Amino acid sequence: MAPLIPSSQPWVEKYRPKQVKDVAHQDEVVRVLTNTLETANCPHMLFYGPPGTGKTTTALAIAHQLFGPELYKSRVLELNASDDRGINVVRTKIKDFAAVAVGSGSRQGGYPCPPYKIIILDEADSMTEDAQNALRRTMETYSKVTRFFFICNYISRIIEPLASRCAKFRFKPLSAEVMSSRILHICNEEGLNLDQEALSTLSSISEGDLCRAITYLQSSARLYGSSISSKELISVSGVIPQNAVEALFVACKTGDFDFANKEVNNVIAEGYPISQMLSGLFEVIISSDDLSDVQKARICKRLGREADKVSTL
Amino acid sequence: MLWVDKYRPRTLDKMFVHEEIAQNLKKLVAEQDCPHLLFYGPPGAGKKTLIMALLREMFGPAAEKVKLEQKTWKIDAGTRTIELELAMLASTHHVELNPSDAGFQDRYIVQEIIKEMAKNRPIDSKGKKGFKVLVLNEVDKLSKEAQHSLRRTMEKYSASCRLVLCCNSSSRVTEAVRSRCLNVRLNAPTVEQIIEVLELIGKKESLQLPPGFAARIAAQSNRSMRRAILSFETCRVQQYPFTVNQAVPAMDWEQYVSEIASDIMKEQSPKRLFQVRGKVYELLANCIPPEVILKKLLLELLKKLDSELKHEICHWAAYYEHRMRLGQKSIFHIEAFVAKFMSIYKAFLIETFG
Repeated sequence: MAPLIPSSQPWVEKYRPKQVKDVAHQDEVVRVLTNTLETANCPHMLFYGPPGTGKTTTALAIAHQLFGPELYKSRVLELNASDDRGINVVRTKIKDFAAVAVGSGSRQGGYPCPPYKIIILDEADSMTEDAQNALRRTMETYSKVTRFFFICNYISRIIEPLASRCAKFRFKPLSAEVMSSRILHICNEEGLNLDQEALSTLSSISEGDLCRAITYLQSSARLYGSSISSKELISVSGVIPQNAVEALFVACKTGDFDFANKEVNNVIAEGYPISQMLSGLFEVIISSDDLSDVQKARICKRLGREADKVSTL
Repeated sequence: MLWVDKYRPRTLDKMFVHEEIAQNLKKLVAEQDCPHLLFYGPPGAGKKTLIMALLREMFGPAAEKVKLEQKTWKIDAGTRTIELELAMLASTHHVELNPSDAGFQDRYIVQEIIKEMAKNRPIDSKGKKGFKVLVLNEVDKLSKEAQHSLRRTMEKYSASCRLVLCCNSSSRVTEAVRSRCLNVRLNAPTVEQIIEVLELIGKKESLQLPPGFAARIAAQSNRSMRRAILSFETCRVQQYPFTVNQAVPAMDWEQYVSEIASDIMKEQSPKRLFQVRGKVYELLANCIPPEVILKKLLLELLKKLDSELKHEICHWAAYYEHRMRLGQKSIFHIEAFVAKFMSIYKAFLIETFG
């Protein structure tokens, strides 16, 4: 086998917190889970919230802390959307794994090792409804020996019977301060120079998504070397520059079809992602002073409908 | 050889446009540290050119020796076995395919084929470059499920396989996939850049360009480099030496669409609608993508239309375009648009002229 290139692990993986108490900004969740670690007792859980807030990290961390590296393989089953998760898998793989009984809890090497297994279903909102339905009974039947962790972005896509069987935890977007402190920590470790302006740009373009912020940081570090300015971050993230959005807004306000048409063609030729353009436009409209509230409401209603169309496949 | 291919820049150093991006990519390759990449931009912006140049930079000339393979994949999907046939371009270092060709079964392509390919690690005599590059075209046409399965595959096999994704609209690529890639936006070349390239080609082919001729081709090209070079070559074939006001020919399907547009403008009746349907069928049978037909038709109609009606017509075009993407048979939606247009236009005519 050809040797691995000495390449880098993605920083997202490298700086993933290994312990529950290190997870940033999710105080309630951390408090409950620390308690769980002490008593080694836990319910089924459902983690939901926007991307990059630490859901997967938390689930992996608690599984590791409960079982330790040795037992981890035999006690934890991790499934996500890239594994086939149709109804067949639920009926066979998950059920088989859930049905296996495990020995009673004896502490091994300082880990609690409670007498149950954990099944982590990442990206559970992309499971089909049928598959979710098939899980209901499985969850109850084997609840003595198995705990389920569901991870999803939208709780509304999890069917009610499943959600009601779980303890729900909402993960909130990270505040700018927490994000900055994490980013600075990584910069120190990697020997990067980041000025104050770049830091605030990074927090604003990543919108509370730490995963995204770190990816941007790594991409720009790869491209531009160790000192990074806010302009370089913007170019890596593909955020639309404010003046392009303003130009389109001005063109819309004139009410002149040909002028607007020209501006739209320009936007398309520049290759700006349309969904981002619409959300940029949304920001501009909300903060605009010369529109009445009723006008804003009506424009935003239309905007919402169009944004929906853009992302359908 | 067509000029488009003849003058395609082969290396990152020779890129005409996007020089800065090319230099950055070169740096990435030099550091042996290449992340997954996502290129997006309008057609004719140079995505493919850049990707090919990048592959060459990584693997040397060997990456250019590609052969077309028609491969059949047998995929075990639990209860039944699915057979999929897919064309792919492969060299020893990279594989290029269009997963969206598999239609609604694209999920299996992404899950199985990529996994399998990523598992087969290439072995180099020097023991270097232990990864393969997988170029996926038109990722924006992949179904949601396929994109979901892509995200984990990307992470899992990132040591042995780098993905280069290529699409027109990054809005249709899920956030999860986008955030795992280094996103590279390629804008269309500006008109000045196109003129520059055309003049360069003219010089290399030792042609006499009348002043302003390149500018006219560029203006008609819709800022697509490929379009511009193709029509430049067409002009060369039609008439040389060039005259000052030689017409730049439009593509024949475009002329056809513009004919349809004037048909619609002349008469609005069920009979005319029936004739138009025949013509649209003709276009579809010649493999012109339905979205392109609808877009061109709209543009042609807009040219001839009263400015009062323009925004309404645009609205309906967008409406039917959206429905066309949801549905399977595009002919209904194009026809519905034509019918809608006729009714609006007729009402407008009656109102204005009685």
